[in-house]
Amino acid sequence: MEYLNTIFQEVYKILFLIVPVLVSVAMIVWLDRRVWAFVQKRQGPNVVGPFGLLQSLADALKYIFKEIIIPASSNKVIFILAPIITMTLALIAWAVIPFGEDQALANINVGILYIFAVSSLGVYGIIMGGWASNSKYPFLGAIRSAAQMVSYEVSIGIIIINVLLCVGSLNLSDIVVAQKEIWFVIPLFPMFVIFFISALAETNRPPFDLPEAEAELVAGYQTEYSGMMYAMFWLGEYANILLMCALGSILFLGGWLSPIDLYPFNIIPGIFWLIFKILLLFILFALVKAIVPRYRYDQLMRLGWKIFLPLSLIYVVLTASYLFYFNLLPTN
Amino acid sequence: MIAHAIFFYVFSLIAIISAIMVTVSKNTVHSVFFLILDFISISCLFIMIGAEFLGMIMLIVYVGAVAVLFLFVVMMLNVAQQKNQWLLSEDSSGHIPIGLIISSLIFFELIIVIGGWKYKPDLFNSNNLTNLSDLSNTHSLGQILYTDYIHVFQISGMILLIAMIGAIVLTFRQREGVKKQSYIKQISRERSEGVEVLEVPSNKGVKIDD
Repeated sequence: MEYLNTIFQEVYKILFLIVPVLVSVAMIVWLDRRVWAFVQKRQGPNVVGPFGLLQSLADALKYIFKEIIIPASSNKVIFILAPIITMTLALIAWAVIPFGEDQALANINVGILYIFAVSSLGVYGIIMGGWASNSKYPFLGAIRSAAQMVSYEVSIGIIIINVLLCVGSLNLSDIVVAQKEIWFVIPLFPMFVIFFISALAETNRPPFDLPEAEAELVAGYQTEYSGMMYAMFWLGEYANILLMCALGSILFLGGWLSPIDLYPFNIIPGIFWLIFKILLLFILFALVKAIVPRYRYDQLMRLGWKIFLPLSLIYVVLTASYLFYFNLLPTN
Repeated sequence: MIAHAIFFYVFSLIAIISAIMVTVSKNTVHSVFFLILDFISISCLFIMIGAEFLGMIMLIVYVGAVAVLFLFVVMMLNVAQQKNQWLLSEDSSGHIPIGLIISSLIFFELIIVIGGWKYKPDLFNSNNLTNLSDLSNTHSLGQILYTDYIHVFQISGMILLIAMIGAIVLTFRQREGVKKQSYIKQISRERSEGVEVLEVPSNKGVKIDD
């Protein structure tokens, strides 16, 4: 009985995390389209509900009632599994995000590695979808995306090492608490810029959306998908973008900490600061989508391997030697 | 404790079944997917015995990078599905004795290694493994790797580096006539180099390319 009770409590906690994440994914899609429209002097979705806020829900309803078409020559099991994997991986990573002091679903010791591992698994949803479709465009898109995600993961990993050198722990809450004095965005500003660009590439956002470049590959790995399965790819993609924004605000922008530790700011609960920072980063993501043209594939690879990797490696040496020389290395 | 045991048996069952499926399944891409499932369940087992750092690194390195490259290669090679019966067909029968010899060799090697490891007299006395128990898994691993085993660690890093350089040297070849984009050249281009005004003689024309 007691065992069942614990299970129910955990399920309740998980639902309390998943449902807000899904709702905010729907809202963030609306925000993305609005920002994109405003940059291009359009209105964007503004009809359904106040300010068009319910547009995403209407879209979701439409997707649910559309027919799911499974190509006859596809590999059916893997074809159906691919969007499920994308969606699941985008959601399980939220388990370790701390929304405040002791406000994480699972405050595990290797939190940052967990997020890194889950986001590196994200490539499988795309590669499985592309391969199982058994068609040229999805396959090309999947291969592009596999190469792209593996390359940019390397630079993200090294950027995370920079932050970890300053913290001395792999726990996400410890990373936030270590920024009480100064947010890491100030001493590690070049790393923040590289992290932001790598996150764009890791989530297949424009200007690095080569896996689904519509002018060349129709819709890349999603070409054969329809109805709810397409919507799951889409939701998973946006949940991943939101996760990358959350990771960026935890690593560099001080997570749930308020910018100034003074009276009117520090009574606002930390979760609002975190949401505010995530939104700020997301608006930057949306602006980049609106204003930057798409990269060519060889330029993308060059940027990842020849510029970001050496730069972040040099910065690791710099950070380590600075911390060592001034005796600032964290000890515990 | 019961829940722990249930999880252990579930994960190890998945690991064993998927390891068998890697060799048995006829489609090569399916084999790679089963290999990935195997890696994932083994990293779950690592996490269950408290080695969370090892488990996560296993996920990142093997599942996130190595298996992606496997999948990449297998998909690109487009290995046709083996239509014939597994184990009993004409052309695979020649490989079976060799395969059996090699696998039994590996099996005996593993037995020898496990035996030597189990009966090593000072296994738990060597190093200061015991008094690290109050540290977290990551810290204790780092302390051992960077103190007692620093040379082994560095040498294994060097071996990986040499393998990487070797792979690049083997596949790198300078090809003639490939047009490459040079950013410095593009940026430092002046207007005077880009535009040239030519006097075109009537009825003769000019040759622009040279």
